[in-house]
Amino acid sequence: MKRPTARPSRGAARRGHGGLARLRAGLSAWAIAHGRALVSSLGRLVSMPLSALMTVGVLAISLALPALFLLLLQNVERLSADWDRGASLSVFLDLSVEESRVQSLADELAQSPPVQAATIISPDQALADFRRMAGMDEALDLLDDNPLPAVIVLIPDPGLGAEGLQALGAEVQAADGVDSVRLDLAWVERLQSISDLLRRAVWLIAALLGLTVVLVVGNTIRLAIQNRREEIVIAKLIGATDGFIRRPFLYEGLWYGALGGLTSAVLVGGVRLALDGPASELARLYQTGPILVGPGLGGFGLLCLVGIGLGLTGSWLAVGRHLAAIEPK
Amino acid sequence: MIRFEHVGKRYDGGYEALQDLSFQLVQGELAFLTGPSGAGKSTLLRLIALLERPSRGHIRVADIDLSRLRRRHIPYLRRRVGMIFQDHRLLHDRTVFDNVALPLIINGIADHREISRRVRAALDKVGLLGREKYYPVTLSGGEQQRVGIARAVVTRPPILLADEPTGNLDPALSGEIMQLFIEFNRVGVTTLIASHDMELVGRLGFRRIGLLDGRLASDLAAGEAA
Ligand SMILES: Nc1ncnc2c1ncn2[C@@H]1O[C@H](COP(=O)(O)OP(=O)(O)O)[C@@H](O)[C@H]1O
Ligand SMILES: [Mg+2]
Repeated sequence: MKRPTARPSRGAARRGHGGLARLRAGLSAWAIAHGRALVSSLGRLVSMPLSALMTVGVLAISLALPALFLLLLQNVERLSADWDRGASLSVFLDLSVEESRVQSLADELAQSPPVQAATIISPDQALADFRRMAGMDEALDLLDDNPLPAVIVLIPDPGLGAEGLQALGAEVQAADGVDSVRLDLAWVERLQSISDLLRRAVWLIAALLGLTVVLVVGNTIRLAIQNRREEIVIAKLIGATDGFIRRPFLYEGLWYGALGGLTSAVLVGGVRLALDGPASELARLYQTGPILVGPGLGGFGLLCLVGIGLGLTGSWLAVGRHLAAIEPK
Repeated sequence: MIRFEHVGKRYDGGYEALQDLSFQLVQGELAFLTGPSGAGKSTLLRLIALLERPSRGHIRVADIDLSRLRRRHIPYLRRRVGMIFQDHRLLHDRTVFDNVALPLIINGIADHREISRRVRAALDKVGLLGREKYYPVTLSGGEQQRVGIARAVVTRPPILLADEPTGNLDPALSGEIMQLFIEFNRVGVTTLIASHDMELVGRLGFRRIGLLDGRLASDLAAGEAA
């Protein structure tokens, strides 16, 4: 009598001649066993369509909500990056600064790294601009001298961010002949802190809903284990390994996750489509680029993968917790 | 093939179901395990398949010291021990075919034709060929027990254990079931059958191991009178 060694297929594969052919047979047996579990666990879902559909629906919504929030966040961040580009610094010079000094200062500033361009608005030009505004003409005629200072408008590098702009402003402020620097920062900062807040909220919600998916799948698998208790006991009686018994439940969790992910992708796609009209109308009114972008094929794929991952996690937890407790008596 | 050395089994709660039990079954032997209800017959069989661990002593099955067998190796031991129960333990939502095929699938046999061939062969041996598509509930008690036997032998295990296989059957059917075991034993399967039906067992003329209150009460060789 031989000892019961490893599984017949593996044990056989290790033994000497004909090893390769046996290994191949063993591998194909392994693949067939997994394929069988994969198909039969899907079959079980199909055999109770109503409860499976409800579970998949809950999973789909739990996955679609964070996906939509993330999409929103992504678009807010993209738009705020766009608007960052519009930020500029207005450098008001002392009235006493000579015209030549204005030019050299502008050149100097234009050379500094975070500055993309420096444009001079001379006092005369500013006055001309002013005059063009309705009602200002007569008022300005009353003045003997041009009261306006020279202004240098700095366009910073895109993506400099609020802090970078602030630092640049302070630096310029310290330069000789500069009276004051005006940063159009408030709204950039506001937008940035809104998107910071949004990002944190979205990830928190995503984490909570991800946990929901794990719990829902875990509970579904727990019920499946309970319903098939007798079958598990009998399989253990006739020599089923823990792996053999685990497999169909893990695959069931995988199917729930995959179907939930797929359905959530459809939901996200649908919502995206429904928002397309209003979004492009808004874009037209504000004359910006597209307001709503993504998630793209990769995003949908990722959603399915996340669903599968969370589904597997849920079923893994349920299986680890509830299968060991079932022993034949 | 099966060897008990001073085996004791105390259940949680302190009940001594088996005490200082020693006996041996050689390869190819058929023996009956007799004794009144509560004598410890089921407990003994469950120890062999490691459904329970002994509290004392050593058990060797097919040259394996069960006390040294690690948990993850237990399934491979159970594959070498065909088990038959009084209540059949069939899956009622599966056909006869699927019930009998289960051990083959658990053993990792993937080839559909081979599974089909071996399931038919096993059903043929127990006289149920043609009932593959039936569900267990549509069969009589004796037929369900035959399905249980087919499931136990389909992987051709070297050892068969049966716990009151005829407990719910009338005498004629009981005799037929016992004849099946005798046939399997004839081709070399070591067989141990628990039964409290002394009359039936005595008539068959095999070795009888008698238990009483968890102790070995008698061990009668084949042909020996009680
Ligand atoms: N799981 C258990 N826990 C506690 N006592 C048990 C358990 N199983 C059996 N027993 C007790 O052990 C004794 C022997 O039982 P058993 O082996 O089933 O005897 P038999 O099969 O000969 O009728 C009985 O008194 C029974 O009550
Ligand atoms: Mg009993």
